[in-house]
Amino acid sequence: MPEVPLLKVNNLIKEFPLGGGLFAEPRARVRAVDDVSFALSRGETFGLVGESGCGKTTLGRLILRLVEPTSGDVEFDGQHILALGAKEMRLLRRRMQIIFQDPYASLDPRMKVNAIVTEPLCAIQNLAKSERKKVAAELIEKVGLRAADLDKYPHEFSGGQRQRISIARALCVRPDLIVADEPVSALDVSIQAQVINLMADLKKEFQLSYVFISHDLSVVEHISDRIAVMYLGTIVELAPAVSFSDSPRHPYTAALLRAVPMPDPHRKTEPFPMEGDAPSPIDPPPGCAFHPRCPHAFERCRVEKPSLVKTARQHFVACWLNNSRGLGIE
Amino acid sequence: MDPKLLTIEALSVHFHLPEGVARAVDGIGFDLQPGETLGLVGESGCGKSVTALSILGLVQSPPGRIEAGRILFESRNLLRLDAEGLRRIRGRDISMIFQEPMTSLNPVLPIGRQVAEPLMVHKALSRSEAMAEAAAWLDHVKIPAARKRLDDYPHQLSGGMRQRVMIAMAMVCRPKLLIADEPTTALDVTIQAQILSLMLMLKSELNMSVLLITHDLGVVAQMASRVVVMYAGQVVEEGRMTDMFDQPFHPYTRGLLKSMPRLGDRRAGRPPRLNEIPGTVPSLIEAVSGCRFAGRCPHVFDVCRKQQPDLFKIGAGQRARCWLKRYPDRRKPDA
Ligand SMILES: Nc1ncnc2c1ncn2[C@@H]1O[C@H](COP(=O)(O)OP(=O)(O)OP(=O)(O)O)[C@@H](O)[C@H]1O
Ligand SMILES: Nc1ncnc2c1ncn2[C@@H]1O[C@H](COP(=O)(O)OP(=O)(O)OP(=O)(O)O)[C@@H](O)[C@H]1O
Ligand code: SF4
Ligand SMILES: [Mg+2]
Ligand SMILES: [Mg+2]
Repeated sequence: MPEVPLLKVNNLIKEFPLGGGLFAEPRARVRAVDDVSFALSRGETFGLVGESGCGKTTLGRLILRLVEPTSGDVEFDGQHILALGAKEMRLLRRRMQIIFQDPYASLDPRMKVNAIVTEPLCAIQNLAKSERKKVAAELIEKVGLRAADLDKYPHEFSGGQRQRISIARALCVRPDLIVADEPVSALDVSIQAQVINLMADLKKEFQLSYVFISHDLSVVEHISDRIAVMYLGTIVELAPAVSFSDSPRHPYTAALLRAVPMPDPHRKTEPFPMEGDAPSPIDPPPGCAFHPRCPHAFERCRVEKPSLVKTARQHFVACWLNNSRGLGIE
Repeated sequence: MDPKLLTIEALSVHFHLPEGVARAVDGIGFDLQPGETLGLVGESGCGKSVTALSILGLVQSPPGRIEAGRILFESRNLLRLDAEGLRRIRGRDISMIFQEPMTSLNPVLPIGRQVAEPLMVHKALSRSEAMAEAAAWLDHVKIPAARKRLDDYPHQLSGGMRQRVMIAMAMVCRPKLLIADEPTTALDVTIQAQILSLMLMLKSELNMSVLLITHDLGVVAQMASRVVVMYAGQVVEEGRMTDMFDQPFHPYTRGLLKSMPRLGDRRAGRPPRLNEIPGTVPSLIEAVSGCRFAGRCPHVFDVCRKQQPDLFKIGAGQRARCWLKRYPDRRKPDA
C-alpha cells in the first residue's frame, strides 16, 4: 500500500480577471496557473522554478487556500481542503504555513518579535503570557537567535535575521508543510547559506515538507528532492533533483540551465540560443506555450498542447519531442 | 607603466547620520585599464554602490561626504571638478547602468527621446539626427521593431526591454567607462543571459572599460578579468579572476566561494550542507580596532583583534587584507 501523500494537487486552474469593473465583464483573463497536478510526500522538498510571472506564487497561495482556484482540487493529508468551512480551514492552517520572500515587508514593524513569532499559535488557541514567552524563546533559539531578541522590533535585525524570524513564526504551530516563497532571494550568498542550512536542519528535526519556490536553479537543486519547472502557468518538467541539471528533457529547462552563469572563470557559459521574452499569460501562444522561443519547435508544437507524460522513473515532461520519440506515455 | 583609465586612491566616503558617522567607504583603492572589465563584489551594504556613485559625483550630500582620496580619470581628479565639469563627463566619457531601470528611466518621456537626449547634450546632434541614431541603438540592443517603439513609454516595456533601453542610453555616446551596478539582478536568468552577452558584444565593439558591480559570483566569473572584493567599506582582496577562484587568500573570499550552491552539486554528490559564514557584517558606525572580519573569521587570532591588517601582496596582482599573510601557521587547515 503506498502511503497517502501529504499534499495532492489536482488539475488546479487559477484565472484572474483583468480590467472591467465591479459589474462590468472583465476585458481579459490571465491564466496564472493552468492545469497543475502533483503530489508531495511527507518529509519531501518540492522545488518550484521558473521565470517571473510563470505562476509560482499563485500556485503556492492556492495550496494554502489563500486564494480560491477557478477549478481543480487540493487534498491535504487526505482532506479536500476546498470543501472545508472557515472553522475547519482555520484548524488545518496550523498544519500548513507560508514564508514570504521579502523579509522587510512580511513582518509587522509595530510588533515585537515575541508577538510576531507566536501570532499563528495565538490565532488558534489561548495562551497565557508566560506560556507565550516560553514558546517564543524556544522557537527563536531554534532558528539561531537569542531569547533577548524577543523584545526587539523587526527593524533592529538584518535581512537574514528577519528571515529567521519568519521561519520561527512558521514553525510556531508545528506545521507539516511549509510553502517557502523565495525565502532566500533577498539575501546575500553568505547569509543565504545560513538560512538554507537552517531550513534543512529543521526539516529533519520536525519532519517537515517544503514547497520551495525560487527562481535560482542552483538553490532549488541544492535543497529539493524533486523539482518542477513552470512555464506560463504549467509544469513543463518534473524531475528528481539528483538528475535535474544532468538530463533536462524539456528545451525550456535546458535553456534555463544553460543561462545560469557558471561561477567558474575557466568554464565560460556557451552562447545563449533562446531569444525573446516570456510571452504574456493574457494571450498565451497556441499549442505548446514555449514554441515561439523553442529552437526545436515543429508543426505539432504550434497547434497542440503537449501534456505532462512520464519519460523515465520519476521524470515527467510536457514536450512533443519526448512524446514523438514514443517514450512511455502513462 | 600601464596606462590607467581610472584610478581610485584612498577614497573615504562617510555618511553623517543622527546615530553617528557611517564609514561606508573607508580608504579603498583600485584601478582599471582601458578595455578591462573589473568586477566589484561583496556583501550587501559593503559600499559598492557608494563607490560607483562617488566616481560620478552622485553621492547624496548631506548626509554623505567624500572625506579623502582621489579619483583619477585619464589623470584628471574627478573629485576636483565642479558640477559643470562632471556633467560634461557623465553620459559622454563615463556612463552608468543601474539595477532598477524604472528608477533611472523617466516615466513620462518616450524611450526614443531618452536615448537621443545624451547625443543632443554631449554631441550637439540635431533632434532628428539624434532620433535616427537612437533608433539605430535600440535596434542594436535588440528591441524588437525598434523604430515603431520610439514613442513607447517605459511602462509599456518588459523588465528586460527596459534594461536594454538603459544600455542603449548608456552606450550612445560611446563612453570610455561603463559602470554597471547590478545590471541584471532584477532579471530572469534567460533575460540576464541575453543582457550579459549584449554587454560583452558592445564592450568589445567600443573597447570600453567596465566596472561591474554584482553580488553574483557567476556573473562576475563570466564577465570580468579581474575582481575586487569589498567587506565593510574596505577592499579585502583583489586579483585576477582565475586566481581568485583557484587560490583565494582572504577567509571572507574563501567563505563566499564555498557558501554558494552550484548547479550540479547534487549530481556530483557534494555534501548537502553549504558552508556558512557565521554571524553578520559589523556596524559601519562603531569603531573597529582590528580586522573587520574578525568576528566571523574561522582563523581569528590575537593580532587580528588588536590591529588592522594591511592589504598585503600575495602574488602577481593579488593582494589580501589579512594577517595570515604574516602568520601563515595560524591558518586552520580545515576551515
Ligand atoms: N491578483 C492578481 N490579479 C491579476 N493578475 C495576477 C494576480 N496575481 C498574479 N497575477 C498574474 O498571474 C501571473 C502569475 O503571477 P505569480 O505572481 O504567481 O508569478 P511568479 O511566478 O510568482 O512570479 P515572480 O517570480 O515574479 O514572483 C502573472 O502574470 C501575474 O501578473
Ligand atoms: N544616502 C545614504 N544615507 C545614509 N546611508 C547611506 C546612504 N547611501 C548609502 N548608505 C550606507 O552606506 C553603506 C554602503 O551602501 P552601498 O549602497 O554602497 O552598499 P552596496 O555594497 O551597494 O550594497 P548592495 O549590495 O545592497 O547594493 C550602507 O551601510 C548604507 O546604508
Ligand atoms: S586578519 Fe585574522 S580575522 Fe581577519 S581575516 Fe585574516 S585571519 Fe581572519
Ligand atoms: Mg512570486
Ligand atoms: Mg548597491
